[in-house]
Amino acid sequence: MPYLEFQGKQIEIDEDGYVVNLDDWTKELATFTSGKDGLTLTENHWEVINFLRDYYAKYQIAPMIKILVKEIGKVMGPEKGNTKYLYELFPDGPAKQACRYAGLPKPTGCV
Amino acid sequence: MAKTKIPNPDELGKIDYTPPKKHWMDIPVEIKPDMYCHGAKAKSLKVVDFPNARDWTPAEADWKLPEDWKKIVLEGISERLKKYRTFHVFMDICVRCGACADKCHFFLGSGDPKNMPVLRAELLRSVYRKYFTTGGKIFGKTAGARELTLDVLKEWWYYFYQCTECRRCSLFCPYGIDQAEITIIGRELMNLLGLNIEWIAGPTANCYMKGNHLGLEPHTIKSTIDFFVNDIEDITGVKVEPTFNRKGAEILFITPSGDLFADPGIYTAMGYLMLFHELGLDYTWSTYASEGGNFGFFTSNEMAKRLHSKIYAEAKRLGVKWILGGECGHMWRVWHQYHNTWFGPMDFLEEPVSPITGTKFANAKSTKVVHLVEFTADLIKHGKLKLDPSRNDNLVVTFHDSCNTSRGMGFFEEPRYVIKNVCNHFHEMPDDTIRERTFCCGSGSGLNASENMELRMRGGFPRANAVKFVHEKHGVNMLANICAIDRAALPPLMDYWVPGVRVTGTHELVANALVMKGEKERTVNLRNEPLPEKGGDSDV
Repeated sequence: MPYLEFQGKQIEIDEDGYVVNLDDWTKELATFTSGKDGLTLTENHWEVINFLRDYYAKYQIAPMIKILVKEIGKVMGPEKGNTKYLYELFPDGPAKQACRYAGLPKPTGCV
Repeated sequence: MAKTKIPNPDELGKIDYTPPKKHWMDIPVEIKPDMYCHGAKAKSLKVVDFPNARDWTPAEADWKLPEDWKKIVLEGISERLKKYRTFHVFMDICVRCGACADKCHFFLGSGDPKNMPVLRAELLRSVYRKYFTTGGKIFGKTAGARELTLDVLKEWWYYFYQCTECRRCSLFCPYGIDQAEITIIGRELMNLLGLNIEWIAGPTANCYMKGNHLGLEPHTIKSTIDFFVNDIEDITGVKVEPTFNRKGAEILFITPSGDLFADPGIYTAMGYLMLFHELGLDYTWSTYASEGGNFGFFTSNEMAKRLHSKIYAEAKRLGVKWILGGECGHMWRVWHQYHNTWFGPMDFLEEPVSPITGTKFANAKSTKVVHLVEFTADLIKHGKLKLDPSRNDNLVVTFHDSCNTSRGMGFFEEPRYVIKNVCNHFHEMPDDTIRERTFCCGSGSGLNASENMELRMRGGFPRANAVKFVHEKHGVNMLANICAIDRAALPPLMDYWVPGVRVTGTHELVANALVMKGEKERTVNLRNEPLPEKGGDSDV
């Protein structure tokens, strides 16, 4: 199992870079992992990441994109409630990239 | 993470079919990146008590196998030769005529000779000969026999997870050898050593623990469907009112959990909700048996049975009369071809009768489960639905037969009949690529992960090629299907090979055309896109 060296600690991650133990996640870790991808997290990114984490805490799975889009539109205005905006924030896709920074596992099955 | 980028379509499309000069046994397996899935995790295997649960990496030399792995495999083969007559027969009867060779989507898309079904089977057959036949024991390689070594084991793993168990090859085999059965046994043997892939092991564990592949909790399922209900009300003005775990309902509805999560399956799920509401159907969702698919089927027969039985346990608990199944592929393979052998007829349920048309589904006498598309086709045939196909006039549709519903259960006409009644523009792909000859999506049997994307694009190439043909000839822009793996696997396949073609479940098309009682004038479809203008030109 691969590890990420961070703040003198070894954080266990899976082959795709997702944090294995949800408790290992911190805001600093999110900034660190996104920084490694050459991305600086802005408030807009955090809006998405925080929503993902809150949703996960309640439902034990990441929200489907449709829910994410609707929620972001509600919070940040209808002009931002679309997948295009989310892809601008997270070019590898909100489901994959944003969940990785948010420390959530990726969903599996017929998805 | 360091990821290799897969070649662009022009490069990937240059496929070399020249066979190597060396004997296939002398070419060692090379585990190539983007062509295989991550190894199964210890935590996923532990949940279902599978052996040798540990984290491992296929690209590393040490697969952390038990010391007596060879003995385990050989005993596993011996046990299965006794248990499954098909397996024994298929090990013996192949005459290596090669009729299957160019029928496999993985061979067509990769040119790798070990993806010819005959040779993929030989990987296992050669070991069978060595240890279980007199000729092989005496004459060795001359008789097509070889020792079971670690390299051979790795070769098995690599190629048994490059077969989607689609059975197109068996259609062309003069003996009817079912390559899927060989792959299934091959994967069973792998599982004796903990050599599964996580994309299968994870969903299997989830389904065992929580009732569905995604691991959706009951309140998550409820909240997701409530979300659909709100969207449906916004679009149609009609409030649909589904029920959950309701005892005494006439019908239990089961569909893949992917329909409750992934785009575009979610629109198919909205379609189910709208249709059932319009019919006033006395049905219930279950948050316990909340999965139609069965990834256990991709690990072993025993695991498939363990997952399958929960659906009937729930049907019994709720006291329903029969089961209605949503748009899924392999769920129907399990039901149609395995259920009776495993469990026999389900006597506590009633033979399904459509409460709307009175049609008796005699084909479901034993399993008591009806496929939603045959149910809907029957409704349309009896004139029970008010439909306005012009709402789908912006779409030029073709239909991808899922391997499992077409080759697995001979289900050809019903989906076409439904689609042609709800869409005005429909074109078939070439004959050799549809119905029983359909080409696989390239990602079935649990291979729809993301780390094996090159494999998926190669395997899906023949299907994509046929779509490209109708896209260019007829302007096809929508690929319909009745399978959740298709809905997950085909969008990236289209984006890669045939940009401009989107993917839809059949009941999304039905729901768009469905004129509901008390609905407001619809301006958008289920995806919130404007409907085509009435009487206006479509983009045909």
